[in-house]
Amino acid sequence: MASELDGLPVIATRREEAEGFLQGLVSKSLGWARKYSLFTYPFVTACCGMEYMTMASARYDSDRFGAAMPRFSPRQADLLMVVGTVNCKQAPILRRVYEQMADPKWVMAFGVCASSGGFYDNYATVQGIDRIIPVDVYVPGCPPRPEQVLDGIMLLQKKIQNQSHKLIDRKPLPVIAGGAGR
Amino acid sequence: MSEAKGVGGIDPRATPGSAGAGERPPVGTLAPAGEGELYAPMPSKHMVINLGPSHPAMHGVTRAVVELNGEIIEEMKLDIGFLHRGFEKSCENVTWGQVFPYTDRLNYVSSIMNNVGFALAVEKLAKLDVPERAKYLRVITSEIHRICDHLTLVGAMAMELGAMTVFLYGIEARDLLWDRLAELCGARLTSNYARIGGVARDMPEGWQEKTLKVMDRVVAIREEIGQLLNRNRIFIDRCRNTGKVSREDALELGFTGPCLRASGEPYDVRKAAPYLVYDRLDFDIPVGSNGDNFDRYLMRMEEMRQSDKIVRQCFEQMAPGEIIVQDFRYALPPKPLVYGTIEGVMAHFKLVMEGIKIPAGEVYSYTEAANGELGFYVVSDGGGRPYKLGLRAPGWPMLAALPVMTKGSLLSDLIPTFDSINMIGGEVEQ
Amino acid sequence: MSKAVIAALVERFPDAVHAPYEGVGGDDCAFVERSRIVDVCRFLKEDPALAFNMAPYITAVDYLGATPRFEVVYNLLSTVHNKRVRLRVKVPEGPEGVVPSVTSLWRGADWFERYCWDMYGIPFSGHPDMRRLLMYDEFEGHPLRKDYPLRGRQPLVAEREVHDIFRGPGPASRD
Repeated sequence: MASELDGLPVIATRREEAEGFLQGLVSKSLGWARKYSLFTYPFVTACCGMEYMTMASARYDSDRFGAAMPRFSPRQADLLMVVGTVNCKQAPILRRVYEQMADPKWVMAFGVCASSGGFYDNYATVQGIDRIIPVDVYVPGCPPRPEQVLDGIMLLQKKIQNQSHKLIDRKPLPVIAGGAGR
Repeated sequence: MSEAKGVGGIDPRATPGSAGAGERPPVGTLAPAGEGELYAPMPSKHMVINLGPSHPAMHGVTRAVVELNGEIIEEMKLDIGFLHRGFEKSCENVTWGQVFPYTDRLNYVSSIMNNVGFALAVEKLAKLDVPERAKYLRVITSEIHRICDHLTLVGAMAMELGAMTVFLYGIEARDLLWDRLAELCGARLTSNYARIGGVARDMPEGWQEKTLKVMDRVVAIREEIGQLLNRNRIFIDRCRNTGKVSREDALELGFTGPCLRASGEPYDVRKAAPYLVYDRLDFDIPVGSNGDNFDRYLMRMEEMRQSDKIVRQCFEQMAPGEIIVQDFRYALPPKPLVYGTIEGVMAHFKLVMEGIKIPAGEVYSYTEAANGELGFYVVSDGGGRPYKLGLRAPGWPMLAALPVMTKGSLLSDLIPTFDSINMIGGEVEQ
Repeated sequence: MSKAVIAALVERFPDAVHAPYEGVGGDDCAFVERSRIVDVCRFLKEDPALAFNMAPYITAVDYLGATPRFEVVYNLLSTVHNKRVRLRVKVPEGPEGVVPSVTSLWRGADWFERYCWDMYGIPFSGHPDMRRLLMYDEFEGHPLRKDYPLRGRQPLVAEREVHDIFRGPGPASRD
């Protein structure tokens, strides 16, 4: 991941340099803080939910990665885990949940059904949630073993660390056309 | 409350008990009457609230729209289909052997029972008999998965009523069993173990001893769970006399399995129409008396005990032998034959590309899965693919009856009721 | 095993029950006239010698190319006598192929009949709440019909509001 710092102009005033340096420090420390306090929203629909249970409980213990706190309100969560198959009836609800989450937010496609539709290639199933919402990490497997999910969490943490974070982020929210968000 | 004065037809200035104050609230629920100006009558209000589908208590896939009068459920509508993924349509487009992975994902907590149920349906249609050892292996794995299913149910039910410990214990015990199943069939959750005419693999060496050891540990954990819940005041208060179903209602609504037996009807397919080797095994069918949530919970605990007994008996009775029929019209030939002989290659090719030829006809086969009767209505046109594969999901009638079960009860009683019927989205919504 | 059930049915309804046969594995099956299915089921349920107190599974099959095209299959169970019977009803395609509902006998048949309507487009008369069950209202066609394509995906629709779902009988105070 190229950070925003790479794109800075070579010739800069001392003030800009100082600001950029400060911004880099802020971004790094915010990234560090954010990657270890992922509040997850488990959007559990299907089989993978059983492995989600295992992953969250004592033996595999996603708490070690700071991602153990399931928040059952999307407004309090920053990691949306889409666990299981999403079909055409479920899709608008997933979209609505995603839109209710506050920035910064990340999405993990847990299992092959969420990633690509899996072997349910038929009239009812959405062929991957990335047709509806953006996805950061795909975890394959039907269902994935808990180790795979932990690996996915670690990949996401790496991604979060390398992103640019700002103290105040006033970027306008992206407006996605159509859909059911209200 | 036709003469409306103020909010909800109640005049806030009227003295309690007088005509303007509306109906007296039920005793014990609100502040006692007669406290003059300090007393604020709390009129119960009609409201329609939405639960789910993305709600932890609705298991992610059921949308319930509840009309409340205060806290009392007056009317409830269920909207399902949020996990409909075209099971039947998909199965009609693959060969008979390829259906097994789809059946895994019906009741994903106890997938081997679905495998076995489907294999038995096809074997019934093809009039195929399975080797003895395969029958025992099917019963052993099914009963282990029954324990997994009930552990998950009890854990999830207790968790949603506030007892997180039970959930962690249950998951630990379930993981131990899944490890053993992973050694046997290679997957933790979606096992894909049964085949038409037998099972996929024999037990690895030392598996029996390891499994028995794990079962002892599971028994210990189950006893601990029992100690935590059986006399737990909070748990009993929330479960006893909630979600009650009488025996007649349960029959009319089509309940099967533990929910039917909790209401007092001693019907179990394993006893009524024994399949595999259940007629040679000594086990009891627990029957409840009240038909409430607590009975359904106790039913699960007792069934785990009986399943444990069944597995141990099977290990004792089992003899070495074939695990799949040696008929290459149905079972894949062993690899040396495939690589070494032309007959083996041809049989393998035909089975994989065209599928097993099942004689034309239709059959309804039923087995006792963890939640009740798992039925498959199979229609074959003589080809390599199912013409119709109808699934009778065990949890279906129980979910359909949820509005009946919760009518007139408190909203909070919906949670234990919904848990104790064990709705599994994969099988109900197919 | 339970030849008596089919014999009793044929004797009681000689014009409505025909072609009884023993299915694979010894199941008792018979074809029933569409208009008489409720009478036959009521007899099966209320006669104490039969006492079919449960309808565990009702489904439909699409025999594309045959006339009549559809078939509704009733699997009935008597827990009293531990007997099962399977009734098959031929249903033609189109609006004239209405099947009388058996929900008045077994409330558990409710969702099974809605399922038949949703997946095969077989209407039931006398059903209290005939709506789609698994698919959404905007979905066109009936997916389990043999002439519906496997990958016949339809455009996504907006989420339904609460008042759109709650359409059952209830007090008028509802918004």
